[in-house]
Amino acid sequence: MVENVKELLKLHEGIKHEVYLDNENSTMVPQEVIDAMIPYYNKKAYGNPTLTHKPGWEAFTAIMESSKKIADSIGAKNLEEINFTPGESEANNLALMGATAANATKGKKIVISEIEPINILNVTDLMKKQGYTTTKVPVNREEGLLDLEKLKEAVDKETALVSIHLVNNEIGTIQPIKEAIDIVKDRNPKALFHTDASDAYGRIPFNVQDLKVDMATLSSFKILGPRGSGALYIREGTNVERIIEGPIGTQKLWPGIENTPLIIGFTKASELAFNSFDANVARMRRMRDKLVNGILQTMTDIVYNGTKGDKRSPDNANISFRRCEGEALTIELSLKGVYVSSGSACSRRLLQPSHVLVAIGRHFSEAHGSILMKVTRYHTEEDINYVLDSIPSSVERIRGIVGSTGVD
Amino acid sequence: MSRIPLPYNPKVLDLFQHPKNLGKMEDATVVAVAGNPACGDMVTFYLKITDQDVIEKASFESYGCAANIATSSIVTEMVKGLTLKSAWEDITWKKVTEEVGGLPSIKFHCGVLAVGALKRAIRVYFEKKGAAPDWVPKDHTFEEKQALEEEELAKMLSKRLKTEEEKK
Repeated sequence: MVENVKELLKLHEGIKHEVYLDNENSTMVPQEVIDAMIPYYNKKAYGNPTLTHKPGWEAFTAIMESSKKIADSIGAKNLEEINFTPGESEANNLALMGATAANATKGKKIVISEIEPINILNVTDLMKKQGYTTTKVPVNREEGLLDLEKLKEAVDKETALVSIHLVNNEIGTIQPIKEAIDIVKDRNPKALFHTDASDAYGRIPFNVQDLKVDMATLSSFKILGPRGSGALYIREGTNVERIIEGPIGTQKLWPGIENTPLIIGFTKASELAFNSFDANVARMRRMRDKLVNGILQTMTDIVYNGTKGDKRSPDNANISFRRCEGEALTIELSLKGVYVSSGSACSRRLLQPSHVLVAIGRHFSEAHGSILMKVTRYHTEEDINYVLDSIPSSVERIRGIVGSTGVD
Repeated sequence: MSRIPLPYNPKVLDLFQHPKNLGKMEDATVVAVAGNPACGDMVTFYLKITDQDVIEKASFESYGCAANIATSSIVTEMVKGLTLKSAWEDITWKKVTEEVGGLPSIKFHCGVLAVGALKRAIRVYFEKKGAAPDWVPKDHTFEEKQALEEEELAKMLSKRLKTEEEKK
């Protein structure tokens, strides 16, 4: 199988230009971030931060300073509210399972949106075994905005926890979290509110104290930091239990020896995102708009998935090409050096496409023909022009294979 | 829900990039469709059959992934010049999968669907002709059953979606 993939890679030789737009699923890490991390492997702070020697104290200092910087970036009150985890999935597992376990008397109901990221959906599925039931609140068609009336109906005295993401990872919709929290706390002041803010962090301004969330998940890789790092913000006074056991160090809720270089990388990525926040966002928005407008203005039989304007994250573009199968399109584009992902799920016996696209009213075939692209502040006009040159011919070739088949 | 690695082999990629016998056939004797776009996989087969029940040529169109395109294309190559009887008996999804150099297991159903469409085309041909050769079993073969199952699933999904929409 590895040999097969090596052969596939050979087919990519001679590509003139490469543009990576699959920043939903993994990202490149900027050199500045790597440069910040490297010394922490063997020059300084490589000790265990709980031990009584210089490299340990260096690590302790590095981690505490990182906590402070991450705390400041989201307006947290103090650095103890930041809990580093090995990533977004781990932070979400900790939030949902750790908080419900620590507040077991509060009830056995969980409320989420129907378009939560998979790493929330899969956790609530797992929690069924622990006796929790989950209500999925619908979103409106096209935009994918949370239905606040239905949220109100879903929350009652038995609700232990509500988890609604701040920005949707597939269609970029910014959810009305502030209003949602008011509704939830009004219905049940004891219910905890968690938000997976991974796709909002570094893209839209938010402050956890203004939002009044109890917990918020942050991801390192989603802001171009190294994979394997993330954090869970937990408001002071909110009880959360560990969900795995091991040696406890500076991170009371996640055992194991702290991975200082990854925490440093995450923090550096955060600094880069926030030091010129407005300029970064403006650039992402300009590149995204150029990309989307370029496609919408020149191509036919397409649908723009999600909302436009202020209610959408500045980096996100999601477009369905009718009469075009998505997985085939990702391969065709890869051979030209354009790397994207698709909402097609042509990989199982029961082929269910993206639950987000289906929730906003896309037909299955539209969801199968969807492409998700996320720009970063590193993309250039030249990159976007190259993508705009590559997409139409690729879509046309796949449509040529489809012919009259599967037109609904 | 998860993502699965898809290490396609070069033959699949070659057929994906340069599919053989692609496109609608105007003078086809028989046309058959299998799959459903809701499942992300659908294939149309066109066969030109001689009076002696020999497949003179075959072509296809595919709404599907690279594996679907490659297996459909290879089936149109494999059946060329075969009698309907040997096409029915010799072309199995396993052979098709071997012929494209193997597929990730999660994509086996693509080859099954292609063979399902072929068998369906042969059945339709004899039905139209009013003939029933003894080598065409009354019951559906494995590949035909799988195609039907996939179509049923798609219908079920679409129905469920509609009910959910109405609830909204």
